Amino acid sequence: MMKTQPTNLAAAPNNWREALAERFRQGNLGSLPVIIGLIIIAIVFQSINKNFLTPLNLTNLMVQIAAMGTISTGVVLILLLGEVDLSAGQVSGLAAAVMAVLVSRHNLPAGVAIIGAIVVGALVGLLQGWWISSFRVPSFVVTLAGLLAWQGSRLRVLGDTGTINITNKFINDIANYKLPIWLGWVLGIVSVVVYTLIVFNEYRSRRAAELPTGSLNGVFWRVGVVGASVLAGVAMMSVNRNANAAGNPIQGVPSAVIIFLTFLIIFDFITQRTRFGRYVYAVGGNTEAARRAGINVKRIRITIFMLASALAACGGILAASRLNAANQSSGDGDVLLNAIAAAVIGGTSLFGGRGRIWSALLGALVIGAIANGMDLLALKSSIKFIVTGAVLLLAVTIDAASRARRENSGR
Amino acid sequence: MTATEAAMPVLQLRQVSKRFGAVQALSNVDFEVYSNEVVALVGDNGAGKSTLIKTIAGAYKPDEGDYVFEGKVVSVNSPRDATDLGVETVYQDLALCDNLDVVSNLYLGRENVRRSGLKYLDLLNETEMERRATEVLRDLSVKIPSVRVQIANLSGGQRQSVAVARSVMWNSKVVLLDEPTAALGVEQTRQVKDLIMRLRDRGLAVVVISHNVADVFEVSDRIIVMRLGRRVATFHTARSTNEQVIGAITGAMLPSNAYGEAE
Ligand SMILES: Nc1ncnc2c1ncn2[C@@H]1O[C@H](COP(=O)(O)OP(=O)(O)OP(=O)(O)O)[C@@H](O)[C@H]1O
Ligand SMILES: [Mg+2]
Repeated sequence: MMKTQPTNLAAAPNNWREALAERFRQGNLGSLPVIIGLIIIAIVFQSINKNFLTPLNLTNLMVQIAAMGTISTGVVLILLLGEVDLSAGQVSGLAAAVMAVLVSRHNLPAGVAIIGAIVVGALVGLLQGWWISSFRVPSFVVTLAGLLAWQGSRLRVLGDTGTINITNKFINDIANYKLPIWLGWVLGIVSVVVYTLIVFNEYRSRRAAELPTGSLNGVFWRVGVVGASVLAGVAMMSVNRNANAAGNPIQGVPSAVIIFLTFLIIFDFITQRTRFGRYVYAVGGNTEAARRAGINVKRIRITIFMLASALAACGGILAASRLNAANQSSGDGDVLLNAIAAAVIGGTSLFGGRGRIWSALLGALVIGAIANGMDLLALKSSIKFIVTGAVLLLAVTIDAASRARRENSGR
Repeated sequence: MTATEAAMPVLQLRQVSKRFGAVQALSNVDFEVYSNEVVALVGDNGAGKSTLIKTIAGAYKPDEGDYVFEGKVVSVNSPRDATDLGVETVYQDLALCDNLDVVSNLYLGRENVRRSGLKYLDLLNETEMERRATEVLRDLSVKIPSVRVQIANLSGGQRQSVAVARSVMWNSKVVLLDEPTAALGVEQTRQVKDLIMRLRDRGLAVVVISHNVADVFEVSDRIIVMRLGRRVATFHTARSTNEQVIGAITGAMLPSNAYGEAE
């Protein structure tokens, strides 16, 4: 049972330990378990292999997870609604194929090919979302049908050759370009400044409205930790990563990282601060309540499926750019499962209505770090699959246990 | 004190009837509620209470009869029409989102925003919503740990209180409550009953469905008894007894008159 006190006297818990205990009791842990998990993973791999926590490897890791993480960002949106999308992997592959065919076979400009691929993704999402909300067919089934249909479509688009190489420089640069050092710093510093302004502005307006605020110290800590992480990231990616000091320097923030982070920021903003985002959580939490509140549930669903498939298409474009090709296996294999696993491992609930966009980053980091670390140790991919599976199971169990605790708290 | 009968009812139904196939859920029912009063709607299972409430809420369109609001006949074809008039409903199964906090629930569907040009991309004005929510809950003496706590972490009574508070945030004039205390324990029922009386004291017209006659006597000013789709009796709470009301509900003792006049 929780303490009851008048609203106006409600105070933040006295210290972080109490706050943490309270969140645990309420089944509200969010991303905390995965952050702890990441730290453990880093310690374990670093203690086995000194190459794990190096600028080269960490930057590679970020590039490796960009495509998966982008697809996973869309998966988070779907999970927030309480739905599931099994077609995301195949949609990413289809988009990659469409882009490759447009640019390499039809010699269209890169921009047209990219937009064409994203539009195909969005249309797929529109169709699936419309079907799900119009005929009340579970999303599980509709997107399972999609998984097969889009796989077939991709194979058709690719045609007999099977693999289409991409020689277009712009498209290959999407994932592989490295920002000039100065530009990396400018972007890093601007985002830290903007973040700081937002946080302090919020603090100030809450003060002005006489609403409870955390301590000013806490605000400084928040800004400090976020700012330091961003700048440390830029610094790390700005040093020369080439092991051969005499060779050409490899340095600068990779464009894939910037693209992925931009998606995260945009969609975190939309889900946390706009009316649309509020409605997404409402539909995921209690569809009937959302409907009674006058929310157009069908429109929200269709929009989310469109956005998620468009993001999957963007992930496919990133993957193809990194590979310089689209082929028979683009979007196959573990692409879908990794994207869903990343969202869940990152702390987004499978039961709908709970989670943050950032879980796509955190979960993709976990999956990517495990894969990357095991590659460094030259372990077989069989072990990689088993460990990733175990981590996913653990994450889902934490999710289910939190839900059970939530249902027992209160009342 | 109770509303004066000389005053005009804020909301009135005249001779409404509603059929569901073979079931005559309401037959020629007159209903009226005044500002500043709590009307209890009682009756056996299937008496037509929920149907009547849903008709008032705009969820059902009656087959016959008039909907009169502040003296004027109005056409209410959807819940939206009713809320536009200032008639709010708290449904039996609470329409709250467990995963959202109290502020978000109070404002769900009517967010306070800074316009961005696109309706869906309007920016939530969290500070203003939180300020106003805190104020409303304080005015109604609703006790919760914080307005930013998720509904999932509230007790049943607190949830019901939030649902009720939501219905009175929008200059509403009439609040309809379908069995607001059905699932609650003693202390939580107490909280909700206090809240109902506070709504009345703020000048609202409150309609409460309840199966608990003791509760009804505590909160209501008038009691309207339904039986088999008809309104069979009306009592001034202060001038009647438990036995009279129960007699009317069961049909064992239908008064030839209530208020001292023929029903
Ligand atoms: N949507 C509907 N379709 C068909 N019949 C209905 C519908 N709603 C109500 N009824 C019937 O109308 C009658 C009145 O029902 P109503 O729900 O209004 O009763 P009530 O007084 O609220 O009962 P309770 O105390 O059990 O909630 C019942 O016979 C019921 O079966
Ligand atoms: Mg009923």
